[in-house]
Amino acid sequence: MTDPVVERGAADAQAKRDDAHGEVTVDEVVLSAELAGDDAAVASPDVAEYALWLGDDALILAQQLGGWIANAPELEEDVALANIALDLLGHARSLLRYAGTADGRTEDDLAYWRDEPEFRCAWLFQQPNGDFAQTIARQLIAATYQFELYRALADSRDATLGAVAAKAVKEVDYHRDHAVQWTLRLAGGTDESRRRMIRALAEVWPYVDELFRDEPLIDRLEGVAVRPSALRPAFDEVIAAVFAEAELEVPEGFVSSGGGRHGRHFSTLGYLLAEMQVLARQHPGATW
Amino acid sequence: MVTDIVTAGVHNSVSAHAPDARAPHFRARADAEATAGLNCEPDARAARAWEAAASVCDPEIPVLTIADLGVLREVAVDGDRVTVTITPTYSGCPAMDAIRDDILLALADAGFGQVDVRLTLAPAWTTDWMTDAGKRKLAAYGIAPPTGRAAAGPVKLALAVKCPRCGSLQTREVTRFGSTSCKALYECGACLEPFDHFKVH
Repeated sequence: MTDPVVERGAADAQAKRDDAHGEVTVDEVVLSAELAGDDAAVASPDVAEYALWLGDDALILAQQLGGWIANAPELEEDVALANIALDLLGHARSLLRYAGTADGRTEDDLAYWRDEPEFRCAWLFQQPNGDFAQTIARQLIAATYQFELYRALADSRDATLGAVAAKAVKEVDYHRDHAVQWTLRLAGGTDESRRRMIRALAEVWPYVDELFRDEPLIDRLEGVAVRPSALRPAFDEVIAAVFAEAELEVPEGFVSSGGGRHGRHFSTLGYLLAEMQVLARQHPGATW
Repeated sequence: MVTDIVTAGVHNSVSAHAPDARAPHFRARADAEATAGLNCEPDARAARAWEAAASVCDPEIPVLTIADLGVLREVAVDGDRVTVTITPTYSGCPAMDAIRDDILLALADAGFGQVDVRLTLAPAWTTDWMTDAGKRKLAAYGIAPPTGRAAAGPVKLALAVKCPRCGSLQTREVTRFGSTSCKALYECGACLEPFDHFKVH
């Protein structure tokens, strides 16, 4: 067989340069798989539901953190929170795309065209940004939880979930460090910063419990999903070390009912979705 | 059906063919040289496809090719069809769009019409895959290259970061989150200039 490349004349090559996409095939699967990993198999309905849990947590937190852009207390924080949001959005895209393989929906279908009861995010991620201390308190809990989660999920029997988790854990490590550093600075800073840090932790602590609640879905996904309750000891250990250093105490108070995994949500989610989804719904199919 | 694969680092399906993970493009060149005299067309074509894909530069850091970065993982040639596998640096890296388009253009220019670009997440990208040539190019461009290896274990050890302008080790991290996901912002205590540092990851 002769080499078609060698046989091709100069004129042909020029024509190819003029019309670079002429023979290039980029099918829709490749395009929609972008950033998500093409190795993804088709998720079963249960695995898809689990991917929605984690993907929605990441998506909603990313959207929340985006609210700090141009509003953070200093430029470096503006950039840091935006960077963290970008990582989380990357995790959300991979997870939602995988979830969508179960019933033929795309990541955009899932992000923009589901209504509030169809989301599966836990209530922690729906807590408002509040002041900077409250965002940091939420970040401390979220990143500590996600770090333990993804570290364990990297060993999942499901290769796609394992690959997303192995990549995510390296990034969430930075997020956790960022939150820990700020917790120490705020708790050990001025009287005012300490007062706000303590208040912020009390504000978000009721929503910790839901993250570690086992659900029937987890029983059905033994070896694929991570058992939430199994992550609690490691979470408590990290938090205890940070709080000891910061001279903070674990807040006491009520434990929220939660309900995010069942589509029952905190009052903030509807407003957040309205803002996140309005463009896609007003102009379906819009691109830029 | 013969599929010729040029690959970087460890990849399950082609582990027998896996070259030195730190210098994937050297392997491609070695392939090209080894086969040039043997009139082995499929191998030569695979090497040429790799060279074309490997010439694509990162849109954010234009002095580095995607081979220098370790983003280019594998180029497989099967007849007229070329499948290029890349891996993102960070999960949310927005440069992957541009990189994919540039790969299509580079391969079209090299005469390859049927090109698929696929993306893989595993194994997860690490700065350990950056070539030594890439690190030298980064420093010359004014970005301090990653120092040491990605740490395994709970205790973080950081080597001093050398100022790419004056060479001083008297530098400090201003913020870990910089202009892109992969960089942190530093400041030199000797020449007082700020500079980007490509984080160990």
